[in-house]
This record gives sequence, structure tokens and C-alpha cells, in this order.
Amino acid sequence: MQEFRVERAGGTPVQGRAHVGVVASGNLEVLCEPPTSPGARVIVRTTVDGFEPTWRAVLERFLTRHPIAADLEINDFGATPATVTLRLEQALEELA
Amino acid sequence: MSVRAARLSFAEASPRERLAALLDAHSFRELLDPFARVTSPYLAAQGLVAQSDDGVVVGRGTIAGNEVAAAAIDGRFLGGSIGEVGGAKIAAVLERAPSGAVIAFDTGGIRLQEANLGLLAIAEICDAILELRARAPVIAVIAGRIGCYGGMSIAAALCSTIVMSAGARFGLNGPDVIEQEAGVAELDSRDRPRIWRLTGGAQRVAAGHADVLVDDDTAAVAAAVRAAFAAPRNTQRTAPERLRAAFAAVDPSV
Repeated sequence: MQEFRVERAGGTPVQGRAHVGVVASGNLEVLCEPPTSPGARVIVRTTVDGFEPTWRAVLERFLTRHPIAADLEINDFGATPATVTLRLEQALEELA
Repeated sequence: MSVRAARLSFAEASPRERLAALLDAHSFRELLDPFARVTSPYLAAQGLVAQSDDGVVVGRGTIAGNEVAAAAIDGRFLGGSIGEVGGAKIAAVLERAPSGAVIAFDTGGIRLQEANLGLLAIAEICDAILELRARAPVIAVIAGRIGCYGGMSIAAALCSTIVMSAGARFGLNGPDVIEQEAGVAELDSRDRPRIWRLTGGAQRVAAGHADVLVDDDTAAVAAAVRAAFAAPRNTQRTAPERLRAAFAAVDPSV
């Protein structure tokens, strides 16, 4: 198991909270809340070790496409990057 | 060709969707939601990622206007297993239940990673169900992909009425455990038709181990829960008469 943080400055604060997904094989849970301080912070917890660069790339791309300021928490059980992106998009959709 | 309203599968619904469907429209209010972050403190130490609600959704809502406790177990997280936190959430909401409760089971039983704490939690849940069912209906719904096994099958069996779908299974030991302990001649855990003939909803209702058989349709399950709530089967504080009679008939000297 591995835990790390990804941070990014700037962005528009999200309004409200969203919870999507589940910690099940090949899946992940995303919690999204308004930022406690400016910028975006993502805490990633994953059962699969050694993929931090991939996570950073996926999150960087997501935050470039959607420049949000938010506190995000990801609890992952071996989801693929595509699934991670879909869940993050789904969280934004819940907020909309 | 007849036109039917689209059926919404109960088995495919999430625990929150299940409770929203079982309770009166818009009446469900979740307690200790994911953002409360009441998670298992034991999983990370064992290399597992915890889920923000510990795989258990609890809250309050109404059934036909009656204020009830509601709980749903998420079978997708660690097999719907019951650990210390999830178990305590269910027990706590049942102990404070005003006019009854509905529990949507989807669980393999105790979470092995939390062993004795899961056992204790299930004992507390059983105790709360027994206390509550003497004064108000406690309706069990077993209509998920996993069904209801292990210690939680005892909790379900204590409920006032058990509503089951044909696709769900209900038993103390799961097929893998039976094969492992008693051998493949006793039960081949890959023989899916046989497993459903033994533990599936149709068999359980026919044998009287469960009370109501429903389609895998959220509207049908909700209607069955409302009907069960209006006329609960088992409302005794102690073991049913027939069980006490069965125990009394045992002659230990033989």
C-alpha cells in the first residue's frame, strides 16, 4: 500500500461535496470537497505500489483540463488510469 | 407485444440507491456519511485501503410514514465484510431505532482482517435486532450479488421478516467453506445450479427460512418491505416457540 499527495496551485473552488465509486477490485473511491486553502490537493491511497509517476500524470492531466481548487481524496484498489479519470469526471458531474 | 416499465435491478444498485428505494421518497438521511471519515483503523496496517464509509451505509428514513433506522451493506467492498466500525454503525442505528428498521444485507459475514472485533460487532447487532423486533418490525432484505453469509446470516435470521430475491443466496457457511471443510463430495463449490438450489432465494422461501420471494426489481423489493412492515412475522423477544419445543424434545441421556 502506498500513500502520497499531489498539489497544484490556482483554480476555481468547487461548490459542494461529491462522493463516487467504491474500493473494489479495479475500482476506486473519490471524495471531493471545497478547498481548505487555495489550490488543489489530492491524497492518493492505493493498494498497488510503484505507480506514483502514472498517478501524477493522470492527476496533472485532469487538473489541467479542469482547473479546479478542491480537496480530493482517492482510495484505490488497482484501478486503471482510464477508470481513475472516469471517476474524477464523475465526481465533477455530481457537483454540477 | 406489451410495453412494460423499465425494471431497475436491486442487485445492481449501490447501498445508498437501495435505501433510497426502500424508504419513502426523499426520506433517507444518512448518518456518518463518507465525509465523516469514520474508517477502519486496522486495514492500512494489513496493506489494504480503507473505504470512507467502511462499506456500511446507515441512517434514518420513513416507511409509510413510520420513522425507522436503515442500514445497507456494500457487498463490493471486501465482500461486504463486517468489521468493528461498520458493525458499530449498524448496531448503533438499530439501538436508537424509533419505529422499526430495514436492513439491506449483502455480506459474506465477519471481516477476517478484524476477526474478534467483527464477531463482537455482530453479537451487538443480533442483540439490537432482538430488542427492537419485540416492539417494532425489523425487515431484512437479502437481494444483493453476494447474499448473506456467516455471522450476518444469524442477524438476518433474527429479523421480523426476511425478503429475498431468487438471485440472492442465504446461508451460514458459503459453498467454498463447505467444500474446504467437508470435501468436494459434500458440495462442489463450482456447481452453481446446486448452490442456488440449496441456498438461493426460491429454495429459502419454499423451506420457510425466508418469508417473501421478490423479483430483482427495486420497486418490487420496496413494495415487499412496506407489506412486511405492516405485518411482521416474528416479533418475539426470545427464540420462537417451535425452536424451544425442539430443544425441549432433546434427551441428553440418549
